[in-house]
Amino acid sequence: MFDLSDDQQAIVDMVAQFAAEELAPHSAEWDETKHFPLDVLRAAGELGMGGIYAAEEHGGSGMSRTDAVLIFEQLAKADPTIAAYISIHNMVVWMIDSFGNDEQRAAWVPSLASMETLGSYCLTEPGAGSDAAALATKAVRDGDEYVLNGTKSFISGAGASGLYIVMARTADTGSKGITAIVVPEGVPGLSFGANEKKMGWNAQPTRQVMFDDVRVPVSNRLGEEGSGFGIAMKGLNGGRVNMGACSLGGGQAAFEKTVTHLKEREAFGTPLINQQALLFRLADMETELETARTMLWRAADSLDRGKPDAVKLCAMAKRVATDAGFNVANEAIQLHGGYGYLADYGLEKIMRDLRVHQILEGTNEIMRLIIEGWPPHERG
Amino acid sequence: MKIVVLLKQVPDTADERKLDLDTGLQDRDASDLVIDEINERALELALRSKDADKSTEVVVLSMGPDSASTSVRKALSIGADAGVHVVDDGLAGADAARTAAVLAAALKNVGFDVVIAGNEATDGRGGVVPAMIAEHLSLPLLGNLVSAELSADGVRAERQVSAGTQSISAPLPALLTVTESFDEARFPNFKGILSAKKKKITVLTLADLDVPAPSGRTTMVNTTERPARAAGVKLTDDGTSATALVEFLASNRLI
Repeated sequence: MFDLSDDQQAIVDMVAQFAAEELAPHSAEWDETKHFPLDVLRAAGELGMGGIYAAEEHGGSGMSRTDAVLIFEQLAKADPTIAAYISIHNMVVWMIDSFGNDEQRAAWVPSLASMETLGSYCLTEPGAGSDAAALATKAVRDGDEYVLNGTKSFISGAGASGLYIVMARTADTGSKGITAIVVPEGVPGLSFGANEKKMGWNAQPTRQVMFDDVRVPVSNRLGEEGSGFGIAMKGLNGGRVNMGACSLGGGQAAFEKTVTHLKEREAFGTPLINQQALLFRLADMETELETARTMLWRAADSLDRGKPDAVKLCAMAKRVATDAGFNVANEAIQLHGGYGYLADYGLEKIMRDLRVHQILEGTNEIMRLIIEGWPPHERG
Repeated sequence: MKIVVLLKQVPDTADERKLDLDTGLQDRDASDLVIDEINERALELALRSKDADKSTEVVVLSMGPDSASTSVRKALSIGADAGVHVVDDGLAGADAARTAAVLAAALKNVGFDVVIAGNEATDGRGGVVPAMIAEHLSLPLLGNLVSAELSADGVRAERQVSAGTQSISAPLPALLTVTESFDEARFPNFKGILSAKKKKITVLTLADLDVPAPSGRTTMVNTTERPARAAGVKLTDDGTSATALVEFLASNRLI
């Protein structure tokens, strides 16, 4: 259960090499210049990373959630921001592949899986974050069309994506009145806010998405009217383990840099690694990461098997892994001393990038509510 | 068109490479074993021909111990259609002449229109095996290329020589050797990795091949371990260091 198969090892090796050669050398510059590397995302798409767990029928890679966790850890070792965007894109592809009908899947999945078209996921609104069921963006049926009005916020990839999955209200019945609608770029009335200034995640754009009488055909609806909230929550289960894996990869990179630093840096006449107090800190960091990895693998395995405890395990794994990644990155800065605070050493970027993983895909406070069986959306 | 790419498994140049001083052979346990990078470039050239014409068949051929099968499998994940692995205890420590004779026999067995090899391997660095194979099979040898275009009509290629660039061509069948001017291999994609196991690797032994017994072989007379790196020369600038530096560079034939 805890050994990788030959195929998984080959996949990890390939993704690690791709990340080391195509992401790591540019990661600091992309962060500084807020560059969203569309060409590198396409290259990732050609390797199968655009539809990791979408079915092969329409161009997906047909792999498991466990494979995805392995892949996102490796990508995030080089760049948590790009890894995290690829995770969000995968959620979009999976939603269309899982809840779309045959026409929708055939129309949208191939170019998404190859990442020639990018996807964005529009759930959060200025007035509806953790309480997603309170969303107010409306979709009103008008003949064969839906007319959308409202604003979505914190949307990753907005402005660069070709397809937006929008969770919109089709009835005033709480979580049961939400519908998933696919909006393509370029339709009249669709516009974007400014690229948000953020603490981290600078290599992917985050904007508001505004809908002003946006008309799309009813055939762009995923599933039935009112099924959107269920789709949104199912998507987030996988999103949570992926984001946990992104934190794990970032934390693992910070840990490895720290081990190297402590072996090389001398103080008081000996390399720092010989200070037992620091060795204890390293042991705690590595243990925290391995705990996270173990939880992530277990949660992903539960998702793969469709077990009833998957929701709870994904929430636990997300909480544990995103806290572990951030704590380890923060500790790594401390153990690097002043150098940890310098951008050239790459540690402060990891910490800035990982901070938001404790907030998104459901905050770590919401994870605790889910673990103890208080899903706020059931208030109806 | 059928292209056979010759593939050698070598110690990773990123690791420390060691000779077994008793046998004069490389110590295979000392470092990771990988496809020689130059062979990956040869494979990439073959796969680009396949990209342009899907009917092209790309086969990788490797002679080496059991461990070489992992490199053949890797080539299959990158995109080769099939593999051929020549493995036989009688080939341990085979010299260049023997290797060329065996590979030539294997190529006859497999069949081909084009053979692509690297110009030299990073371990042995003999750089003679492809030419010997061409001789065995009476093939035109287009060696040390910097670019090449393959088509059903033949090969057009360029070779860099000290006096300039030669444009050369040959009808098929032909044997090419590529240099580092060629592009690195593509990454294997997920589908490639997951389908590599389903592709066929044919294992051949000496008994399967019509190879004449060798009339002799190179013998290793002596092996010496590379000396540990000595400290470099330090020049202290007392006003004459420029002259000393020029003398140092000139005496070491660096300028």
